[in-house]
Formats: sequence, structure tokens, C-alpha cells
Amino acid sequence: MKQIKVLGSGCSKCIKTAEIIAKVAADSGVEVAVIKETDPEAIMNYGVMSTPAVVIDEQLVHAGSIPTQDAIRGWLA
Amino acid sequence: MFELFTRLADWLVYDLLSLSPETKLGDALHFFVEDVSKIYVLLVVMIYLIALARASLNVERVRDYLAGRRRGIGYLLGSGFGAITPFCSCSSIPVFLGFTSAGIPVGITMAFLLTSPLINEVAVLLLMSLLGWKFTLLYVAVGMLVGILGGLLLDRIHAERWLQSFARKALERGQQVGTIGRVSQPATLSLTERHRFAKGETGEIFGRVWKWVIIGVGLGAALHGFVPDGWIQTHLGDGQWWSVPAAVGLGIPLYSNATGVIPVMESLIVNGLPVGTTLAFCMSTVAASFPEFILLKQVMQWRLLATLFVLLLTAFTLVGWIFNLLTPFI
Repeated sequence: MKQIKVLGSGCSKCIKTAEIIAKVAADSGVEVAVIKETDPEAIMNYGVMSTPAVVIDEQLVHAGSIPTQDAIRGWLA
Repeated sequence: MFELFTRLADWLVYDLLSLSPETKLGDALHFFVEDVSKIYVLLVVMIYLIALARASLNVERVRDYLAGRRRGIGYLLGSGFGAITPFCSCSSIPVFLGFTSAGIPVGITMAFLLTSPLINEVAVLLLMSLLGWKFTLLYVAVGMLVGILGGLLLDRIHAERWLQSFARKALERGQQVGTIGRVSQPATLSLTERHRFAKGETGEIFGRVWKWVIIGVGLGAALHGFVPDGWIQTHLGDGQWWSVPAAVGLGIPLYSNATGVIPVMESLIVNGLPVGTTLAFCMSTVAASFPEFILLKQVMQWRLLATLFVLLLTAFTLVGWIFNLLTPFI
């Protein structure tokens, strides 16, 4: 199972990002655990300045916007 | 070029709704329709063009550019980038920490973060169209000066002492490591990519600010139509000294972004409120808001937050007084 973290201060875009990832994962039948990481220190340690950002299995894959569904499918594949 | 919008408002308010320009309602509604339609068109066109030009500018590049700069020029650059770099206020904490962990002094980071809400492309556009280029230049200069001097002062008093401990440690690490070799390559973007970015930006920014325009112009129109002519002029028109701190105080609980407040500025100035008092009120509304300050608590101790707050309020009051004094001469 993939561990997915959405980094962000809890703004509406971060919540949307988490929702879209969960939805795409469900649609493509991939099992994921989506966590919202709001702790500023943790976000800093990933070197992220533009939120929302996405970390999959401790690997930063995206920062600065709500990702597109296509991009998410790519990560989950 | 802007006559089009006056005619649109004439047609809609006087012809279609057959209100008389003599009535308060007709007058206020005309003002509202003219300003809102003008601002909307300007925003869409200009945000798109500006986004096209700055598609490759982002906070990561600004950080790499600012890291390792000498302090003197750093404040100016920090404030300048704060004015032109797009970023959402919900990212201010990650941006603060990103700059800090790259070893950028707190003062330069704060010059960036203080200038950012005060000056942005939407604010500049609105000012240009509503109050003219002279006032716009003045506003931009004052906004940057507040950022630069604020940053300078924070470093002078060693504000980094009062960061939360994890942020202070990150700053120390960043300053030891240095940032050589981390400079990110400027992205080269094709025109199609720029267009896609600009289209997205236009949609996003417009989606965020359109309601502020309605609120701001609505308040402006209400002032325009319903505050008796000459009332502001008579009671506050001489720039009485106490009116400036009062305006700053009034601005604290009010929170708006620059888009909402600029149409109100126009009305206040047209109604005879002195420029300094108006500026003080508006800057306080835009830059000193409790919700944002509470967010900063995550990276700053109370002592620094309080210092910053007092610093800003003092700065806006001084801006107000100085401009009220200077107005007769400019």
C-alpha cells in the first residue's frame, strides 16, 4: 500500500488535493493511505515552499498546485 | 478608453432601470456598475498578460536568488520580489521556513512577506485605473519602504532570537551550510506552456478576487452616494493628527486584501479624506490582520509577533502623518 502525504497548512487547495488523490486511487483500484501533513516543521524538512505538495512513500513528487488527475494516475501506476 | 464603461453604466442604470442621475440610488448604482465592469475587464486582460511574462518566476527561484546576498541590497531585493512574485497567503509559513532554512536573514524574509500583501499586480492595476499613475507610484514606493525598513529593523534588533526553536536551528544550519550549488536553473518555457500557466492564473486570481471587487466597490458606492457631501471633508479633511492613528486602529479588525480596499480608497479620497489618512487606513486593513498573525505563531514566539505588530502599526501611522504633511507640496 502506498503512503501518500499531502503537505499544506490546511487551506482549501490542500483538502481538494487529498480528495482528488483518494478519488483517483479508488477509481483505479490502487490501495493508498492519504495523510494530510500540516506541521510546518515537517513541511520544511521536505524542502517544500509552495503548497499543496505531494509526497509518495517519502518521495516528493509534486509542489505548488492541485495536481491533475493524469499526474496522479502516473504516480499510482 | 474607459468611456465605454461609463456608457455601459449610463445605459444600464439610466435607460434600462430608468433611474435618475439626480437620485442617490441612481448615482451610487451608476458608480458601482461603471467601476465593477471596468475593473473586471482590466483584471482579466492584465492578469493574463502579466502571468504570461512571469510564468517562470516562483518562490523557489527567489529563495535561491536571495540566499547569500549582502544585507543592504537583500532588503531591497526581498521587498521587490515580494511585490512581483505570486504566492498564496496560505503558503506564507512554508515560504518563511524555506527562506529561513536557506540561511536568509529574518529581516530579508520579512521584507518579502511584508511587501507581498501590500503590493501585487491586481493592486497596482486598480490603483492605476482608479487613482492615476502618480498615486500608484507613491503607493508602491511606500509599500516597499515599509517592507525594507521593517526588515532592516527586525535584523537590527536580532529578531531571530525570538523564532520558534526549530526555525532558529534551521536558520543556523542554513547559514553554516551555505547555498552554493543549489541555484535552480531558470525554467525555459515554451509559449504554449506560458499560455497554459497564464490561463490558469487568470482563472484562479479572478476566482479569488471578484467578490472582493464587489464588496470594495459596493462600499465605495455607498460612501459615494450616501455619506453626505462634505461630511468627511469637514470632519477629517484637515488631516487632524489623531485621525491617522484612529484610521490605523480601525483597520486592524477589518480585514481585506488589496483588491477590496482600493475601491474604498478611491471613494475616501474623492470624498475629501486626506491621502495620508487613507493610506494608513488601507495599509492597516491589508497588512495587519489577526488571522495571519496567528498563523505566524507557528514559527515565531509571542515576543516577535508583538514586536512585528507594533512595528507595522507605527509604520502605517508614520506613513499617514508624513503624507498628510507633504500633501500640500506634491
